Amino acid sequence: MSAMKVFTDPIIKNNPIAVQVLGICSTLAVTTKLEVTLVMAISVMTVVALSNLFLSMMRNLMPSSIRLIIEMTVVATLVIIADQIIKAYMFDISKQLSVFMGLIITNCIIMGRAEAYAISNPPFRSFLDGLGNGAGYGLVLIIIATIRELVGSGKLLGFTILPSVNSGGWYQPNGLFLLAPSAFFLIGILIWIARLTVVKAED
Amino acid sequence: MEAYLSLFIKSIFIENMALSFFLGMCTFIAVSKKVETAFGLGVAVVVVQAITVPANNLLYRFVLKEGALAWAGLPDLDLGFIGLVTYIGLIAAIVQILEMALDKYVPTLYSALGIFLPLITVNCAILGGSLFMVQRDYSFGESVVFGLGSGIGWALAIVTMAGIRDRIKYADTPRGLGGMGITFITAGIMAIAFMLFSGIKL
Repeated sequence: MSAMKVFTDPIIKNNPIAVQVLGICSTLAVTTKLEVTLVMAISVMTVVALSNLFLSMMRNLMPSSIRLIIEMTVVATLVIIADQIIKAYMFDISKQLSVFMGLIITNCIIMGRAEAYAISNPPFRSFLDGLGNGAGYGLVLIIIATIRELVGSGKLLGFTILPSVNSGGWYQPNGLFLLAPSAFFLIGILIWIARLTVVKAED
Repeated sequence: MEAYLSLFIKSIFIENMALSFFLGMCTFIAVSKKVETAFGLGVAVVVVQAITVPANNLLYRFVLKEGALAWAGLPDLDLGFIGLVTYIGLIAAIVQILEMALDKYVPTLYSALGIFLPLITVNCAILGGSLFMVQRDYSFGESVVFGLGSGIGWALAIVTMAGIRDRIKYADTPRGLGGMGITFITAGIMAIAFMLFSGIKL
């Protein structure tokens, strides 16, 4: 597989959320506002790319019996750095992300890619694989957040797109889209579309 | 006493880990195909959650919190930033110890839980429980109740889900929606059902 394909494959064809069904928790929880979602997507992309890079560099030094602990420590360290940066420069957003920033550690995409790819491939390719998976994750997150924020409050990135009834416009916001269940429905539909178009699943 | 009881009810139903905070979703979706396995995993989560949340609470209060190390002559030290790595380390260690202890003393339970125990380390409901405990600044007593309650809530959700999926297997779903897609939509409907509890004031 060419290096380019390693990067582009996970974005659509082998998308971590819609096809591999990994990393669902944060997808559901942080997608009520597009701004928060963007920060989350970029953090996950950075963490998964760097953790793949570092773990791939260390892959020949790690005894397999304590592999998981080492992986966990590397990921946790990267997440702490990302968390501190966001706390320092984007305090409001870090408040809204609440515990979900720390939960990147247990995001299955990161451990999944480390186990499935980084420990058996050279560093540069692992980095690209991480970047691609992060991008595929971010893409789904952004699609869901756009729908939820637009339908739920008539805004995008905080700017009013559909003026709501409360502020003198015509749009009646659908509050359900800001609540938990809508995220489940949207992902279910997204997986349905993905199965019908991109991958032909053999149910 | 009453405060503990309402926290217990709240952590099971109103703030259900799986259905209102979406924690532990990967395992929730992957291991809910059969009721028996879902029940085994649920029990394991209750046990681990009830141990790790209080343990992390002690770690937070006596080592990491700002000023907690005053007894060691370091009154200005705030180790809060290394919280994440210590919590996950402690969780991994406790799971490992639990696995060895069960293997030695209760082999039947050990073989029943099987691969679920190691899987729990990377279950975000467990780490999420500890992080919520820190964020809400629970006392030790509260953390015991919260750990137990949130574990039971998660177990309840996964067992219910497995029961529903058992029936859905025979349903005629549209092409491409079967399997994962319909599972998410079912989870969404379950989340609406659990939202009914949110009107309850305790």
